[in-house]
Amino acid sequence: MIQKRDTLRGAEIFVRSLRDEGVEYVFGYPGGAVLHIYDELFKQSEVKHILVRHEQGAGHAADGYTRATGKPGVVLVTSGPGVTNCVTPIATAYMDSTPLVVFSGQVPTRLIGNDAFQEVDAVGITRPCVKHNFLVKDVRDLAVTIKKAFHVAMSGRPGPVLVDIPKDVTADSCEYTYPDSVDIRSYRPVVKGHPGQIKKAAKLILSAKRPMIYTGGGVILGNASAELREFTRMLGYPITQTLMGLGAFPATDPQFIGMLGMHGTYEANMGMHYCDVLIAIGARFDDRVTGDLKQFCPQAQIIHVDVDPSSISKNVRVDIPIVGDVKHVLVDLCAALRAHGGKPDAEALKTWWAQIKEWQAVDCLRYNRNSEVIKPQFVIEKLYELTQGRAYVTSDVGQHQMWAAQFYKFDEPRHWINSGGLGTMGFGLPAAMGVQLGFPRETVACITGEASLVMCIQELSTCLQYGLPIKIINLNNRYMGMVRQWQEFFYDKRYSHSYMDALPDFVKLAESFGHTGMRVEKTKDVETALRDALKMKDKLVLLDFITDQTENVYPMMASGKGQHEMHLSPDRELA
Amino acid sequence: MRHILSLLVENEAGALSRISGLFSARAFNIESLTVAPTEDASVSRMTIVTNGSDEIIEQIMKQVNKLVDVIKVMDLSESDHIERELMLIKVTAKGEAREELKRMVDIFRGRIIDVTDNTYTVEMTGDGNKLNAFIKALDPKLILEVVRTGVSGIARGDRAIRT
Repeated sequence: MIQKRDTLRGAEIFVRSLRDEGVEYVFGYPGGAVLHIYDELFKQSEVKHILVRHEQGAGHAADGYTRATGKPGVVLVTSGPGVTNCVTPIATAYMDSTPLVVFSGQVPTRLIGNDAFQEVDAVGITRPCVKHNFLVKDVRDLAVTIKKAFHVAMSGRPGPVLVDIPKDVTADSCEYTYPDSVDIRSYRPVVKGHPGQIKKAAKLILSAKRPMIYTGGGVILGNASAELREFTRMLGYPITQTLMGLGAFPATDPQFIGMLGMHGTYEANMGMHYCDVLIAIGARFDDRVTGDLKQFCPQAQIIHVDVDPSSISKNVRVDIPIVGDVKHVLVDLCAALRAHGGKPDAEALKTWWAQIKEWQAVDCLRYNRNSEVIKPQFVIEKLYELTQGRAYVTSDVGQHQMWAAQFYKFDEPRHWINSGGLGTMGFGLPAAMGVQLGFPRETVACITGEASLVMCIQELSTCLQYGLPIKIINLNNRYMGMVRQWQEFFYDKRYSHSYMDALPDFVKLAESFGHTGMRVEKTKDVETALRDALKMKDKLVLLDFITDQTENVYPMMASGKGQHEMHLSPDRELA
Repeated sequence: MRHILSLLVENEAGALSRISGLFSARAFNIESLTVAPTEDASVSRMTIVTNGSDEIIEQIMKQVNKLVDVIKVMDLSESDHIERELMLIKVTAKGEAREELKRMVDIFRGRIIDVTDNTYTVEMTGDGNKLNAFIKALDPKLILEVVRTGVSGIARGDRAIRT
């Protein structure tokens, strides 16, 4: 066993640092600038390397892993194209605040700036889409920089951090020690919320007649699901969650009134519009949530809890901002509510719930369950039933993503994994790999569409290599569905380049990669196919569901409209 | 509204581009930006003159503060402060105009720091308005070169930004 103070080469320091950081998996792809590191990876077995087929796959896989497990996602790519291929996953992680630590190789320090082979200014290219990045110029800074990278990625509002390591740094030697902790004087995220603000918030919360709790991905990132449940149940108030927040509060709980926003439920959006006190927790008032800002929550006083001060009053002016870690703030808020001693206004709440029930009666997610042609919603409902709502579900981007969010009722956090902020097609399959590695025995389903799926299809090969039995639910409507939907509504049905001509035979494609493929064309066959696929515990199954080409996602709040101006399907517009 | 933000940042490669990149990415204005190390070599002091509504300035402050390299941010224009800018200006100075120019420089409390048969180079400090006024007072045909540093600022009284 090597003792702590040994003199090691940079590449050894790198691998030892990951080990000492407790890293289980590194998702990566080798290349010239990282060969010393790969050589060290070869010599040990504690840090497991997952070889992807494209660096984009590495980034998304690490992202899926961190979103599901809560541990940081680690990526290793080479210089030049290795790191540029990883920019999309870095930006994806940045928009959804997930803690990726990306290590990129760099040309030797003496060649930096010389347009050397496979040289790119990785720090410059990634700067606008990382929480922070580093260029390590001296082997003596390597271990401490790695520690800093993990610290910055995981603390405060999490986010991706890139560490660029020139090849000579991995060849040079120095004494190795991995710090237990680091203190960065310019970086000290707030943890506790301001007690005065919390007291004020508690008072306002109890004075509400038409309250609404609106929570986002911050609750999941902050591991504050249990605290949110206690808070929400203590009050008996209705709760809505953003696309990123699903699962923090159980979807099957009667207090949950559905997702909000562009394709949120009618009741959630109406509740937002007519509430008098809005309690926003770990959510950032994204434009897909708020619609027209001028019409947003016109009657509400707003409390906003967020770890990132810059999220507060960025889009919507709030009345009581509380900067702090959501978990701590929710604990303090529950304590403040108890200390206040007051109770919610039961009479007002009864009337408010009666109003919400009326909105719920509209049954905004209704669709034709008797269709012979497969309705995509039906597939997701069946998947939900057959997995008892316990699967980990990743998705790509578009209609299938919205249907998955609407129809798969997530009761637990970190089970719904999708690219909400950046909207990255190609995310679903590699993300599912990361989730499956994190939870080898759980069911992992990737709900996708034929357009998104092919964007990272090469990762089927990675799935075979590591035996990842993902269930791919391909809702194949032969269109880029969401593009087609917008073209139908807003471009007079001119379906410009949204038709997926010349698609592969997905069954054969799955088989050619060594997996199982199934094509399902009739509604009556959906359940059997899903059952059969789920029974194959150790096989990846690609289920190609040939779905209704004309199905659209409803309800819909057109962009630039208010939350109360929702459209149901065309045959049942609201008055 | 015009605001003068004073920043303490880590004196590290890339810190400047992080800050200027943030301004362009988020469509914030920069009127001027100055930066140099402080008495502590690991810390640089930056002065940024920007403008925007109260909401925008609030966002700028928060976003700048969020950068890992930024140690402190202060809006100098919130209270009493001093701002100064250095200008070097080269002007044609021939014949009778030489005397006139010399007088003008004295009035504005500048200094002539380089002299040739045909030119004067003048050093002048002050706030932006004073420097503008001097430029305006000159015959534009005589101006050969204007070099301005942009604003540096400091709070009046006991107020100070320290690491």
